[in-house]
Amino acid sequence: MLELSILFPSILNGLTLGAVYALIALGLTLIYGVLHIINFAHGALLMIALYGVFFLNAKLGVDPYAALPVMVPAMFALGYALQRFVIGRASHGKDENILLVTLGLTLILENFALFAWRSDTRTIETSYTFSTVAIAGAMISTPKVVAFFGALAATAILLAFITRTDLGRAIRAVARERQGAKLVGIDVEHVFAMSFGIGLACLGAAACFLLPAYYVNPQVGNGFVLIAFTIVVLGGMGSFAGALLGGFIIGVVESVGGLWLGESLGQIGIFVIFIAVLLFRPQGIFGARA
Amino acid sequence: MKTLCAILLLCGAVALLPAFVSSGFVLNLVIMTLYATLLGQAWNILAGFGGQYSFGHAAFFGTGAYASAALQVHLGVNAWLCLPFAIACGAAVGALVGALSFRYGLRGSYFALVTLAFAEVLRILANSVKFTGGGVGLLIPLKSSSLDFQFQGKAGFLYVILVLTLAGFLLSWWLERSRYGAWLTAVRDNEDSAAALGVNVFRVKLQAIVLSAALTAAGGAFYAQYFQYIDPHLAYGPAVSVEALLGPIVGGLGTVFGPLLGAAALRLLGELTRNLMGDAPGVSLMIYGAVLIAMVTFLPRGIAGLFRHFGRRAA
Amino acid sequence: MGIHRRRNFLKQSAGLSAAAATGTLGFPGLAGAQAAPIKVGVLHPVTGFLAYSGQLCRFGAQLAVDEINAAGGIKSMRGAKLEAVLGDAQSKPEVGVSEVEKMNEAGVSAIVGSYASAICLATTQAAAKYDIPHVVDVGVADQVVERGLKNTFRFGPGYKVITEAAINDLHIINTLARKPARTVMIVHEESLFGTGTANLLASQLPGMGYQVLEVVKHANPTRDFNNIVLRMKALNPDIVIPANYYNEYVLLVRTMKQQNVRPMAIYSVLGGAASSFKFVKEFPDVADGVIDCNHWYNPKDKRAIALRRKVEKLNQVYTYEVYLNYQSVYLLADAIERAASAKREAIVEALASSTWSGHFMPYGPTRFVNGQNQGAQPLVLQVLKGDIRVVLPNTYAEAQPVFPWKA
Repeated sequence: MLELSILFPSILNGLTLGAVYALIALGLTLIYGVLHIINFAHGALLMIALYGVFFLNAKLGVDPYAALPVMVPAMFALGYALQRFVIGRASHGKDENILLVTLGLTLILENFALFAWRSDTRTIETSYTFSTVAIAGAMISTPKVVAFFGALAATAILLAFITRTDLGRAIRAVARERQGAKLVGIDVEHVFAMSFGIGLACLGAAACFLLPAYYVNPQVGNGFVLIAFTIVVLGGMGSFAGALLGGFIIGVVESVGGLWLGESLGQIGIFVIFIAVLLFRPQGIFGARA
Repeated sequence: MKTLCAILLLCGAVALLPAFVSSGFVLNLVIMTLYATLLGQAWNILAGFGGQYSFGHAAFFGTGAYASAALQVHLGVNAWLCLPFAIACGAAVGALVGALSFRYGLRGSYFALVTLAFAEVLRILANSVKFTGGGVGLLIPLKSSSLDFQFQGKAGFLYVILVLTLAGFLLSWWLERSRYGAWLTAVRDNEDSAAALGVNVFRVKLQAIVLSAALTAAGGAFYAQYFQYIDPHLAYGPAVSVEALLGPIVGGLGTVFGPLLGAAALRLLGELTRNLMGDAPGVSLMIYGAVLIAMVTFLPRGIAGLFRHFGRRAA
Repeated sequence: MGIHRRRNFLKQSAGLSAAAATGTLGFPGLAGAQAAPIKVGVLHPVTGFLAYSGQLCRFGAQLAVDEINAAGGIKSMRGAKLEAVLGDAQSKPEVGVSEVEKMNEAGVSAIVGSYASAICLATTQAAAKYDIPHVVDVGVADQVVERGLKNTFRFGPGYKVITEAAINDLHIINTLARKPARTVMIVHEESLFGTGTANLLASQLPGMGYQVLEVVKHANPTRDFNNIVLRMKALNPDIVIPANYYNEYVLLVRTMKQQNVRPMAIYSVLGGAASSFKFVKEFPDVADGVIDCNHWYNPKDKRAIALRRKVEKLNQVYTYEVYLNYQSVYLLADAIERAASAKREAIVEALASSTWSGHFMPYGPTRFVNGQNQGAQPLVLQVLKGDIRVVLPNTYAEAQPVFPWKA
């Protein structure tokens, strides 16, 4: 079953799948890197973003890619508000409380979606939903290819932002040394909120790239949370390049693992990697040693 | 001493319950609350007292449940005998996870995530292996004798879970005043200082996770007997891991009564929200989530934190 | 959408605050002549990951309750109305059990539910402790009726019956077309219903002369089917047999279309979306030609069509969740009618001896042996020209199966 004619498309497929995962993980790694929050609500927030893209398309006829300029800022605003007014206030900075807050948030978001938008699975139809791009004989779905380049672009933008702008520097400062950053006058609360906002903005972008090839319902986020965590750990918490590379690696592992061990058992490859990275190189590929 | 009296009084009162209450609903409520308390107590040992937060306690729970169920289904072993076996299996998994994680110095979120990964690995394996019934799960055959750890009424189950929770209470009480407990909390408060003071950090943490896992596995075996059906999702899914940590955090980490207070409060909250807003799907859970956040906001040290103010004088 | 019944229950423990016991139905002014309402528990997973199906189930049951009441209630009990006591299993067996306890306290005479096999296993057992008759609406796992519980009655078929029918009918279709198909690939979801169905298929198909090339198990949820479809491309099975839930089914067939994989047929067994009008409406190109062996109503029965129209007017989808629950409630009402009593044991007896033919399923009059309705069977359907038509068995067929399918 591992002849090249199968393996090659599988790897390509894994790369494009991984790209979507990476988009989701980009936000998570920033949130973890700066706020040291394991954001359990990440899946539910992805779901909200997906609904956003869906309704823009269903009610206003906006193409999901054209929705990027709307979704990204909207999710950013949501993230900023959430961190500033809910999570930051509620948790008093204690880790276990943040955990509960994000869990509570997940409950609220999922059930709000259930209540407001019903449990039906929604999909969108676009002209390119079924089209494929031929790459050396393999047929890769077009939305996935677009997502691949989207992930590259997003990572590049984020990297540029974090290294070249003042806010980016402030974020890196707070991530590395919270007290010290405060001492030199950085508004840490603001930086936290900005980081959370940017993290969710990435989700907004991820949703735009994901929906054409997928679907949305209130529970849809659950399928992505664990994978996102794995990628964040693999790539290094707080590293964008790591999230991208980690996404690709996990995507390919999932794909090839599925070929080799069967789809159900193949998932094990992901978590074995997760454990191995945590044990042997917890800082991940690009992370700095704590 | 006061704590011990309180524990015994409480358990005594619960033990008398079946004599006065015949409502199956109330008894089920009490049983499920104690069950959640048990899971919480187990988690609390490792996290509240030991400072190691686990997101994957389902790994131990599921092992206990499957060990007990598989022995009964495949080998026809008596259910009571399966209980110690289940506890031993859970402890073994705990030892494995602990040995690997602590040997490689995993702490904080890294430790939490690795436990999550272990639980997932077990879940995927359980889905694929004949022994656990794969995706079909295991259905424990219906027997109606207490000799088979299945009871017609609720009282039998109540007593079993009560005994297990009592064990959990005593364990927590012991941790509060024993030398081992002191080592454990020292490790929680500052691992490096503890090491500097001569505490064998690795051994202390390993023992804590084994204790925690054993108790959790007992809860798993109980679940299997009470509901008589498990599958990979029920046994190793994230829902169990979440249930184990909600109670202690809401109730008060590192306290004897925290897990009980939290479990009771959450169950009460769940019942209230479901009854007040029962019919529109989702609304009750939204309220539950909101109250959860509110609880955390206004009670950052948990419910037990409230009592600590008043209890301090009497202690 | 009909009159909503507020949940009515009793709390006995002092410590718990009591929520008000709410509304009776009918006209409160009319004293005396009105008989006490008969409480029926309606228990489904209306939140959590099964919410979509659970809500359709509840809708179907509620529809039946309202209709029965509007038609005068239980005549043998002086027109006593049915009162639905709604419960939410939250997609978890343990919550289902808790709801059964509540319903017991509320004094229900019977329970209808709980859709998913895992939840049904738990709720039927809990109900058995109080001898509450429990009509299982869907719950296809065979274990549901194999435990010797006297209170459990399943109106529809279990997956053993469904799978055997599926295999036989597949063989018939293949034979009619002069046996072009030899090889099969099974794609199933990893939990109880998918694995159980796949196991049965894999063990029985070879005996009928089909080679099972591969059995692919996938997770719930599965984010991507490209690998599985790649394997399909490589193995080139004549027939693909999916057994999974709605979302995965849709993703699978979409991916197959995208990758240009066209087997002679997609022959589903309990296919998640295959015989769903929603699926056919939203993905007409992909759905065309898909075959499914699933729960279905008798298409020649006017009542089934009338109900379909009524349901669609209420903007709901006419799925098996709806009509199986609808008829489960009617089955119960018939039993209560014959028992002329709201007592649990009487209803259990009435169900056990039931020969009800007031339904529009292709089952014949009901006959329960060990809790399983003997006549229950699935039908084989195919999506043809944008509509779902029954193609087998011949007694109920509306159209001829088109096989092999040429896209």
